[in-house]
Amino acid sequence: MRKQNNTNTKTNGKVNPLKPSERMKIPRHMPIEQGAEIRIANFNEVSQGFNYDLALEEAKRCLECKNPVCVEGCPVNIDIPGFIQLLLEKDYQAAIEKIREANYLPAICGRVCPQENLCEIVCLLGKKREPVAIGKLERFLADYEMAHGKFTPPAKAESKNQKVAVIGSGPGGLTVAAELAQRGYDVTIYEALHEPGGVLIYGIPEFRLPKHIVKEEVDRVKALGVEVKTNVIVGRTITIDELFDELGYDAVYLGTGAGSPNFLNIPGENLSGVYSASELLTRVNLMKAYKFPEYDTPMKIGKRVAVIGGGDVAMDAVRTSKRIGPEKTFLLYRRSREEMPARIEEVHHAEEEGIEFHILTNPVAIHGDENGWVKSIECQKMRLGEPDEKGRRRPIPIEGSNFTIDVDTVVVAIGQSPNPVIQQTTPGLETTKWGTIIVDENCATSREGIYAGGDIARGGATVIQAVADGKRASVSIDDYLTVKRGEKKKHIEKAPVE
Amino acid sequence: MFKIVDKKDLAPTLSRFDVEAPFIAKKRKAGNFVIVRATETGERIPLTIVDSDTEKGTITLIVQAIGKTTHIINSMEEGEYFLDVVGPLGHPTPIDNFGTVVCIGGGVGTAEVYPIAESLKKAGNRVIGIIGARSKELVILEDEMGQVCDEVIVTTDDGSYGMKGFVTDALKDIMNAEQDIKGVYAIGPMQMMRAVADVTRSEKIKTYVSLNPIMMDGTGMCGACRVTVDGEMKFACVDGPEFDAHAVNFDELLARNNTYADQEKMSLEAFLQEQECKVHDAQTEQYKYKD
Repeated sequence: MRKQNNTNTKTNGKVNPLKPSERMKIPRHMPIEQGAEIRIANFNEVSQGFNYDLALEEAKRCLECKNPVCVEGCPVNIDIPGFIQLLLEKDYQAAIEKIREANYLPAICGRVCPQENLCEIVCLLGKKREPVAIGKLERFLADYEMAHGKFTPPAKAESKNQKVAVIGSGPGGLTVAAELAQRGYDVTIYEALHEPGGVLIYGIPEFRLPKHIVKEEVDRVKALGVEVKTNVIVGRTITIDELFDELGYDAVYLGTGAGSPNFLNIPGENLSGVYSASELLTRVNLMKAYKFPEYDTPMKIGKRVAVIGGGDVAMDAVRTSKRIGPEKTFLLYRRSREEMPARIEEVHHAEEEGIEFHILTNPVAIHGDENGWVKSIECQKMRLGEPDEKGRRRPIPIEGSNFTIDVDTVVVAIGQSPNPVIQQTTPGLETTKWGTIIVDENCATSREGIYAGGDIARGGATVIQAVADGKRASVSIDDYLTVKRGEKKKHIEKAPVE
Repeated sequence: MFKIVDKKDLAPTLSRFDVEAPFIAKKRKAGNFVIVRATETGERIPLTIVDSDTEKGTITLIVQAIGKTTHIINSMEEGEYFLDVVGPLGHPTPIDNFGTVVCIGGGVGTAEVYPIAESLKKAGNRVIGIIGARSKELVILEDEMGQVCDEVIVTTDDGSYGMKGFVTDALKDIMNAEQDIKGVYAIGPMQMMRAVADVTRSEKIKTYVSLNPIMMDGTGMCGACRVTVDGEMKFACVDGPEFDAHAVNFDELLARNNTYADQEKMSLEAFLQEQECKVHDAQTEQYKYKD
C-alpha cells in the first residue's frame, strides 16, 4: 500500500534556502552521457541521467512559482513543483509516488517525453535562463525507485466486477490498464506481437529506452492485476464484437497506434537494401538482429546508409544504423534543420555521433545494380517557401539541381499510418479518410463502449500524448461503466478537454 | 506457448505438426497463415494453415526444412511448445462455385494449396489437382488431395513417380483437354508460380498465386513483404498473400527474397555443424561408456 503524502509544497525557504535570484544564477545541469566515440560502438543507453548530487543541485533551481505553469504544460499535469520539493527533502520515494499519481510510466516518460516542448518550454526560469531539467529529475526518481526495488503497487478500489479489454500494450494501453485496474476494473491487455510494450519495445531503440525499463514498467502494470495476452491480433484472432458478446467485456479501449509504414512512392523503393524505419527498428529492437547470429533474425546495413526523414523515428533509425557500423551514415531531409520535428536533444546526439545531415534534400529516385540491390539515391535540392498550414515553411524543388549519393542501404522514415485491421472488422466504427478512428473529447468512438486514443486517433503523436489520452479515456470509461452498473456518473464534467 | 500435440515426418525434410491454438483454429479459412516464432532467439516466419480441428482446438502446419529456422522447427517433437503462434493472417482465398478449377502445389506448396482445393470442392467446383515434386519421396498429401479433387496428377522432375516433368507440363495437357478452366491456384517455389502465370497468361485464365516474400511481423507493420502488383505497392501480409499471378512483378520479388541469402546460408551451415558436433559428441559419449 502506498502511504499518503499530504506534503505541503509551500516549504519555501526551509528546504531550499536560496533566494530566487540565487537560484537563477545556477546553470542548468547536464546529464551524464556516454561519449559519442564510445557509444556509436554499442547499444547501451546514451544518457545516464543525473546522480544524487546533480539531481539535488538541479532541483534547487526550481523557483516554486505560485502559479506553476509547468503543471499546465504537462499533458498529464504532474505536480512538478510538488515532486521537486519532495526531492529536495530527499524523500525520493514520496517524490516518485507523487509523479505516479499522474503518470504510471515515469521511467519511460522521463526518458522519451519531449519535455523541452511541454513542461520545460513554459518554465519561467527559461525566459531568461535555461529551464529546470524537469524530465531528467523525473527520470532520476524513477531510476532511484527501480535501483532500490521500492515499488509497491498503489491501492486498488474495490472490485467493480466489470471487464475492460485494452487493445495494444503501448504507452496508451498501459496507462488505461493501470488507471482502470486501480479503479477496480478487471483489465486484460491484448497485444499482437510476442512482447508487450508496443512502440516502446519495437520502435524506440535500446540506447534511448532500455528494454529492461519497459519490461519493469509493464510488470508494474501487471502488479495491479492486469493480465497481458500477447500473440492476439484483435480483428483477426478475435474481433471486437466477440470480445463483447463472447468474452463478456463491458468496454474496450483501442490503443493500437500507427504501425503501417509510409513510403515515398519514388522509383526503386522495392530494391533490396531499402527498409522502412519500422522494419529496421523492429529487426534490431524486437528481434535483436544486432546480435545476429546469436539471434536468428538478420539485418543488412551496408557501407553507406541514407535515412530519409526528420522526425524522432528518423533519428532513431539513423543512429541505430550508425551503431551497426557503416562507413558513412547520411540523413536526408527536405526542409531545413529548424523544421525537423525530431527532439532537439536527439538531433544533437545524431550530429555528435557523426551522422552527415543533408538538409533541403529531397530523394526522387533510388537506383539499383544488376542484382536488384541499391547503389545510389538521386536527390533534388530544395529551398524554403511560404509557411504551410502548420506554420512550417514549405519546401520547393530547385529545377536542375539533381545529384546522386552513392549508397547501398536506404531507410525510409517519413511516418506511419494506422493499421486498418480493427477498423475493417468492427462494423459501425467511424474513421477519417486517413484511417484514424474518430473520437470525441472524451475519447469515445462512434460505437458505444469503445474508446480510442494515441496514434490510432491522432495519426502521429508522442508517447506522452498517448499517456494523456489514456488518462482521459480512463475517466470516460469509468463514467460509462458506472452508469452501466446503475450508479450515478461521477466525473464526466471534470474530464479535461484539450 | 503453443503445444505440439502431434508430429509426423511426411518425407525427408517435410514434417507435419498439429499445434494447439484454439482461437486460430476457430477463425482460420483457406488461404490464411500464421506467424511462428519457435524459440526465444528465433525468427518470426509465416506458415500457411493447412487444416484445423475446431473440436481439438488445433491447427495443422507442414514445414519444409530449408533454412536454420525451419530446421529447428522440424527438430521439435510432440509435447514440445512453439513459443509464439499468431494469426490467422492474410485475406482468405475467395471461394465460389466457378466451375472447373486447377489447384497446383509444388513441393511444400502442396500443403498450402490443399485447404484451397478442399474449400473449392465444398463450394461445388470440379477440382483438378497437380502435385509437383523433385522426386518420388518428396511427393506429399497425395491421398488427401485425392479426396478433395476430382482428379490428381503427380509430376516429378526426375520421373521417379507419376508424370516426368514440371507442373506446367501437366497444366498444358489439362488446358489442351479442357475447354473451360475458370481458375488456376498455384502455390510453390517462386519460379514455379511464375512459370504457371506464363502458361495461363495467353489464355487469360484467372490465376492466383500465394506469395512468400520475406516477412517479419506479418501484421502490416514492417513493410518487408512489399511486392509490386499491377504497378502498385502491396504488403503481402495484409493485402495478400494471394494475388493475381499475371499482375505480380516476379523479378523484383525474386531479387528481394535474395536479400539475406548469405546470412541465411551462414546461419544454416553453423546450425548443421553444431548438430553434427552434437551427434558426434553423443556417439563419443556412447563409446566412452562401452569402453
